[in-house]
Amino acid sequence: MTRLITSGFSHFILFIGILIMIVPVWMIFASSTHTGLTINTHGLQMFLGDSFYENYMRVLLYQGGFFKEITALKMFLNSFIMATGVAILSVITSLMAAYALVYYRTKYATFLFWIIFVTILVPLELRIFPTYSVMAELNLVNSYFGLIVPISASAIATLFFRQFYKTVPDELLESAKLDGANTWRFFVDFLVPLSKTMIVAMLIFMFVFGYNQYLWPLLVTSSEQYWTVVMGLKMMSGSIVHRFAFVMMSMVPPILIIIVLQKHFIKGVFQDK
Amino acid sequence: MKKVQFKSSYSQYLFLAPQLGILLIFLYWPIIQTFRDAFTMQDAFGFGTQFVWFDNFLFIFDDPAYWIAFKFTIIYSFVITLITASIGLLLAVQANNVMHGKSAYKTLLIWPYAIAPAVVGVMANYFFSERFGLLYHLFNNLWGFNWYESVFDSYIYLIIAGSWKQISANFIFFLAGLQAIQRSVIEASMIDCKNSVRRFWTITFPLLMPTTFFLIIINITYAFFDTFGIIDTTTIGAPSGETRTLVYKAYMDGFRGLDLGSAGAQSIMMMFIVLFITIFQFRYIEGRIHYN
Repeated sequence: MTRLITSGFSHFILFIGILIMIVPVWMIFASSTHTGLTINTHGLQMFLGDSFYENYMRVLLYQGGFFKEITALKMFLNSFIMATGVAILSVITSLMAAYALVYYRTKYATFLFWIIFVTILVPLELRIFPTYSVMAELNLVNSYFGLIVPISASAIATLFFRQFYKTVPDELLESAKLDGANTWRFFVDFLVPLSKTMIVAMLIFMFVFGYNQYLWPLLVTSSEQYWTVVMGLKMMSGSIVHRFAFVMMSMVPPILIIIVLQKHFIKGVFQDK
Repeated sequence: MKKVQFKSSYSQYLFLAPQLGILLIFLYWPIIQTFRDAFTMQDAFGFGTQFVWFDNFLFIFDDPAYWIAFKFTIIYSFVITLITASIGLLLAVQANNVMHGKSAYKTLLIWPYAIAPAVVGVMANYFFSERFGLLYHLFNNLWGFNWYESVFDSYIYLIIAGSWKQISANFIFFLAGLQAIQRSVIEASMIDCKNSVRRFWTITFPLLMPTTFFLIIINITYAFFDTFGIIDTTTIGAPSGETRTLVYKAYMDGFRGLDLGSAGAQSIMMMFIVLFITIFQFRYIEGRIHYN
């Protein structure tokens, strides 16, 4: 009986927690399906209206921005390119760097580790102007390269892979050596397949990280052609319901990825079985 | 370290080259420039720079606006850490407690983690707008809430906006921490201690210490840096610069005010604060908790 009561209490608390998470998003969504007039006279809405198709189509295809030369559709494309680029590049570079740190014997190992590790202490926000001026000198402003590469060296991912490699039994390398595998073959044929779960988790993590960037695209894109969704939110003009619709659409890709790939994400990050 | 390794050779550096290359060009080079900026001053016409020792640092220490931002950053990170860790822990304990629907609850609470801070800010905007914001009107009826003018009210606004999505990260990590506690430990403690509340604080919570301290660091970093997008889409520092974090102020001074010397000095101060917290974490806290 007490078991039932405490579990009922747990469900109740969790239910409230979920309401706090879902209600605000639901209200913006419900409001995005109404007309601007309804919102202006009655405020945010709890129930769906009938302007869904109209509002969302207009947002996707409307030429926005100061020079009216970018659509939300193009911003989504830019965000996808940026997020995918950041995810792939940072996972590959981290996999390789962690491999060099764990599987090579060298007296510089600690030094090399710290050179990578201390960068966690200096997030982009702390060196934003000098990084920008480096970009300007190298002529990388307004390019996908400039959006992706400078934020694609992830010390966190390197740490995760390093931790993971350390748990790989030594026998693996011994037997691979007996089979005549060189360093490159061992990495590609043995270690990378073994790290699959971890790789997927880090890809998800870095994709969301890249997609959610705000300050960086704001700085390195003066041309509207390179605007991304998250930074474009502030720039888009239009009536209030169109802004609601844009906000809703901007959340869909990262939320979808987290929900659909949730198991892999959690498995990798927590090294669950 | 591994017992079996490859001998050091040039190939090691080929594996390191991509990441180190990006770090050198886009991280170490800019950091060196940050230090150069912090110790120089541009003359009024922008023709040249002059080495000024610690003038930029003395200037920011004399600036009341810097200390306002300092105060806000400390309060903000403390309150966000406290709120998100407590609610995250509360929800995780309940989710760990239920027999049915555990994974459904996980899914229903994990997704806000994925939303960009800037998007959260834009959303919060709608709930705190004077025209149709529900929370604005609710709080306004309760105590005359007006974040445009009251510092306290603008804090409330940013704390709600900043905590919302971070609860989910705390929930995920606490739940993982709870599930990692061995079944036998829990069963043994159930025999010794019938009171479940006391059992939680004397057995479970101490075992969660590593997770808790990890999350404290995660939450502080979040409040320091990731809230940039939230502030820039909500109060933009209103009223009169009271809700600017140190990072946001450095950005404003450098970008809007074009004062790179001051922005550089502020960035270096921030690096020291982060360094201090990290060292504190390693030296004093890691030594006192038990990992199993």
